[in-house]
Amino acid sequence: MLYSTKSERGIIMKEQLRIVCPNGHLGFAPTKEESFKIAAATKPDYYCCDSGSDDIGATALGADRSVSMRKWQKHDLELMLLAAREQNVPMLVGSAGDSGSNSRVDLYIELIKEIAAEHNLPPFKIGYFYSEVDKEELKNRMDHNVVVEGLDERPALTKEDVDKTERIVGVAGVHPYIKALDMGADVVIGGRSSDCAIFAAPAIREGFPEAQSYYLGKVLECASFCAEPYGAKESVVGTVTKDDVKVTAMHPNQRCTIASVAGHAMYERANPNYEYVAGGMLDMTNCEYEQYDEKTTRVTGMKFVPVEGKVKVKLEGSGKNGEKYIGIAGVRDPYTIKNIDKVIEMAEQQVEEEFKGSDYKISFRVFGKNGVMGDLEPVKEIKSHELCIIVEGIAETHEEAEALTLYGTRQIFYARLPEVKGTAGTAAFIVDDVLPATASYSWTMNHTIPVDNPLDLFDVRTSNIGELVKS
Amino acid sequence: MKTVALSEVAKTIRSKNAGTDKITFDIIFKEQGTYEQIKSSKTINRKKLANLYNIEEEQITDFVEYDPANAIKFTIRRFAPSGDPGEGDIFGSQQYPPLLDIQVPYNH
Repeated sequence: MLYSTKSERGIIMKEQLRIVCPNGHLGFAPTKEESFKIAAATKPDYYCCDSGSDDIGATALGADRSVSMRKWQKHDLELMLLAAREQNVPMLVGSAGDSGSNSRVDLYIELIKEIAAEHNLPPFKIGYFYSEVDKEELKNRMDHNVVVEGLDERPALTKEDVDKTERIVGVAGVHPYIKALDMGADVVIGGRSSDCAIFAAPAIREGFPEAQSYYLGKVLECASFCAEPYGAKESVVGTVTKDDVKVTAMHPNQRCTIASVAGHAMYERANPNYEYVAGGMLDMTNCEYEQYDEKTTRVTGMKFVPVEGKVKVKLEGSGKNGEKYIGIAGVRDPYTIKNIDKVIEMAEQQVEEEFKGSDYKISFRVFGKNGVMGDLEPVKEIKSHELCIIVEGIAETHEEAEALTLYGTRQIFYARLPEVKGTAGTAAFIVDDVLPATASYSWTMNHTIPVDNPLDLFDVRTSNIGELVKS
Repeated sequence: MKTVALSEVAKTIRSKNAGTDKITFDIIFKEQGTYEQIKSSKTINRKKLANLYNIEEEQITDFVEYDPANAIKFTIRRFAPSGDPGEGDIFGSQQYPPLLDIQVPYNH
């Protein structure tokens, strides 16, 4: 019998739940509208999307900025919000504005308000939570014998690591999303979150098993990356039942095949079999894949292993190295190209003498040789007839970083190899100055912290958008 | 036995960040038969990959033959976290090309 059972939360249990994911990283490049409209026409139960990543390096979090254009973020939020409000179904966005910092959550709330006003949308409730973790609060917990364990072979966190950190975010699991939905939110804007939790949360809340729910999230988080042929920013629809997960490509030319879906399980993971979230681990070792229909792959056999003991929340931290400038130098002389390592060595020595005693970092990457791969590059012989050297200079102040980078770049210009015929300059410049870049930041934390309550680090709030109609 | 370049028989060969400290490599084959053949030949193994990238074997943190996707996957620890000073590939997305030319057995 349809709709006969109730979930633990008293929600009438549906036989299946369907979620649209329009984009693997909301706003990073605009969502393609054609496949989104096809997806919206199928009347899904939820619209969910992840908007952030640690993929983009530590700078966005450290400098507290987005790496995407506001216009693109607004475009994607607008597509989702208009469809979700028209159909009166919830919309969830996680890791707001690339880093999921507090200011990015505020930015997304502002964008939602702006879109609602522009389209004169009927009133609705927005839920949101912040993910930033206060440094003093973290040190306080460390004082109370909380061990913040390192991931990926990093040692346990020290207070010095905390002091080197500019900003910390906790990576939320499903809990704050479930809470926001319980509080009646129609739209949820989340701080930093596990990608798959954004999709798993509504499914778990509506009573579907954790294994299927987390797998649903895992397969949907990157949108059309789980479909073929390759095409980014296209919508996919995930369907969860108590037994399986189905994923369907929405673009007319894309299909979700066994190969594309199973292949996606490996994406951006050290190991394709496991996915860790706050509260447990999704085990995909015994997943079975079948072609359900032309555009749909069905997956069964996933397991969820709840954490033993306390829930652990991942922490990401970003710390500032200094201000950064970039210099660009081109080399065409064949003898110089053959001896480029000597040129770089000479430039490095000159820099060392000039900036002796000051705290700086400089690197010379030679594109056309090993600029992309550095030490991992197996090709040792240079075949290029020209090279580009990118000089990255980092120092405490703008002025010092500019001087450092300019000096390093000029030393390439003045490098003197005995056999070179040309003596007027060793480099071609596109600009004769150096270019300011966003300050340099490093990942200071890739750790986990045990918490008594999974909501500990995440404060969930709601507010009303639009005027309530007076009776 | 005939050999061909990996790029001729693999559908996807890619690299990408796996978190802040690792880069992961996926080699996905077009056909199960090809995958099984290359997997059983052990042509792609930790030692060969370490030599190819000029790293210690211990720097390869995971090596998985993943049957559901007809894929071989391995993960390496980065020299420094993504985006650190001097690190040139923030997304880790252009570290796969040396894999393209690996010679693998191919009987068809």
